[in-house]
Amino acid sequence: MSRQGFIASTTVGFARALSRALMSEEIAREHGLLQALDPRVRLLGLFALILAVTLAHRLTVVLALFLVALLIAVLSKVSIETLAKRVLLVALVFTGIIALPAVFVTPGDPIATLPGGVQVSRQGLAAAVLLIARVVTAVTFATLSMLCTEWTHVLKALNSFRLPRELTAMLAMTHRYVFLLVEIAGQMLESRQSRTVGRLSGAEQRRMAARTAGVLLSKSVALSNDVYLAMQSRGFQGEFYILRDFRMKPLDYAGLFAFLCASIVAIWMGR
Amino acid sequence: MHIPDGYLSPSTCVTLYGGAVAGWYAALKRVKRALLNRAVPLISVFAAFAFVVMMFNLPLPGSTTGHAVGVTIAAIVLGPSGAILALSIALAIQALFFGDGGITTLGANCFNMAIVGSLVGYGTYRLIAAGAKIESNRRIAAAAIAGYLAINASALVAGIELGIQPLLFHDSAGVPLYAPYPLHIALPAMMIGHLTFAGMAEAVISAGLVAYLQAADPGLLLYTSGVVTNRAESPALAPVAGTSARRLRLEVALLMLLTPLGILAAGKAWSEWSPVEFAVAGSQAQVAAAATMPAAATPAGMQRLASLWTAPFPAYAPAFVKSAAFGYLLSAMFGVGILLSLSLLAQQYMERRRAARFSR
Repeated sequence: MSRQGFIASTTVGFARALSRALMSEEIAREHGLLQALDPRVRLLGLFALILAVTLAHRLTVVLALFLVALLIAVLSKVSIETLAKRVLLVALVFTGIIALPAVFVTPGDPIATLPGGVQVSRQGLAAAVLLIARVVTAVTFATLSMLCTEWTHVLKALNSFRLPRELTAMLAMTHRYVFLLVEIAGQMLESRQSRTVGRLSGAEQRRMAARTAGVLLSKSVALSNDVYLAMQSRGFQGEFYILRDFRMKPLDYAGLFAFLCASIVAIWMGR
Repeated sequence: MHIPDGYLSPSTCVTLYGGAVAGWYAALKRVKRALLNRAVPLISVFAAFAFVVMMFNLPLPGSTTGHAVGVTIAAIVLGPSGAILALSIALAIQALFFGDGGITTLGANCFNMAIVGSLVGYGTYRLIAAGAKIESNRRIAAAAIAGYLAINASALVAGIELGIQPLLFHDSAGVPLYAPYPLHIALPAMMIGHLTFAGMAEAVISAGLVAYLQAADPGLLLYTSGVVTNRAESPALAPVAGTSARRLRLEVALLMLLTPLGILAAGKAWSEWSPVEFAVAGSQAQVAAAATMPAAATPAGMQRLASLWTAPFPAYAPAFVKSAAFGYLLSAMFGVGILLSLSLLAQQYMERRRAARFSR
């Protein structure tokens, strides 16, 4: 294990998460196709397309939906490189590793024999390709919705879908405090790293990780007390009020219609 | 263990969303009852904490690393209901904002990690740590075993969900439509990684955190310790203002049980005489002792007004009850019931008014 492996790897993880969040906010402010649509239409439409991908049993339909996803990405000013980095990392590499053995272990009609007598079955190959295509396409749609929608708009849209207000309030507050706690934890780890001389053993690193998490836990509970007192001092009595300022425009209705039509056609053809 | 979109069939996703929604509903109800208005900030900040802990790249024995989920420490500090909500919120943020785990599979991920993980972690911890003092080493061991079992139980359920896909969903040629491996492959594949690295990571962080809290912040371990019976006695998590509803109910019940003490009181409280008592010589002597002007007879106005209203339980003793002590108890229950009903009606009325004001 590398020297101070826990500190270095965890700090890198924090920095990566923060940079991804910042990039999402930047893309969400671009003037593209998805960004121009009402956030409710955006989320509902992309969810309908994810559902269509999940329901599709034909590879051709899944690939057609993948092309639709790429087209939406280009029109929404999301660079294919950014999209590929996110999607390939999550979906293609992970799913590829998982799906690869299916080519050999799924029983069925043999189409090739590898050295050592291992047979590739047609069913196994079809299952692996379908799984990879479906996961990549679904994750592309999900990533597009994340990249093109500001978090505050996601929350307002979720409220419009009649989710309990407590849940959306929790999502909003959690998102806010994730970044604060990441910053606090990052500072704790950096300060610890600056005071550490020599090589830490695995057991020492585990103890340090547990103590860092412990301090963070105590701070989190104290922070929740402060937040609650601040809410009370502003008149909070257990009710959440959400300002709704979304207005559907003709373009939004057209977008919703297009999303739903595409989803219904894909579900129909993919049976 | 974060299952992405596309691995589970829509019907599996819907079923597991159903299970997750039932868990969220019950947990939200219990948490709101226990924490009052404080539930939202506490669960939110704890969800953020769980999210950050999931990003810790923990060094494990054997020069490997692993990520914990944080579900066990959440269950130990907040109890199972709080842990279900906090972990579900953290998983939802991961899925909706960071793309870790799918959107159609969010119900499944919450069911596996938040619900199954919380319940197994909490149950195991309470079982092994039963009767142990807060500072006992048994609590550290209990947290480690609970963490290990919670993650493996979650992985087992996820493995079953993935393993049944090819059995249930395949086309006419036998090509699996979703996760391609049957149970005899999916289960070992899922469990090997969790029985070793992931389970160990959760055990390390859970035991380490309990050991830290024992020394630095033992108040956070009180709620699920079995040492105290309600959250109000756990100072770190007690509602900041006011008394918890459970404690209030206990106090009201105790006061109701004490109501027959009224039988022991001798004589009559001054100025509470009935017209009949006023006519009795003993009562008149009391009046005389306390007043400068002794009363000669029952005043006519008093006699007239006394018949205006006849109480259903006169003198805290309904006519059909022979035992005075039972009459007192019955009267107390009746009175408390009326007060609670009135306060509920008033609360509903105020909430409707407030909602009407804000909707304008």
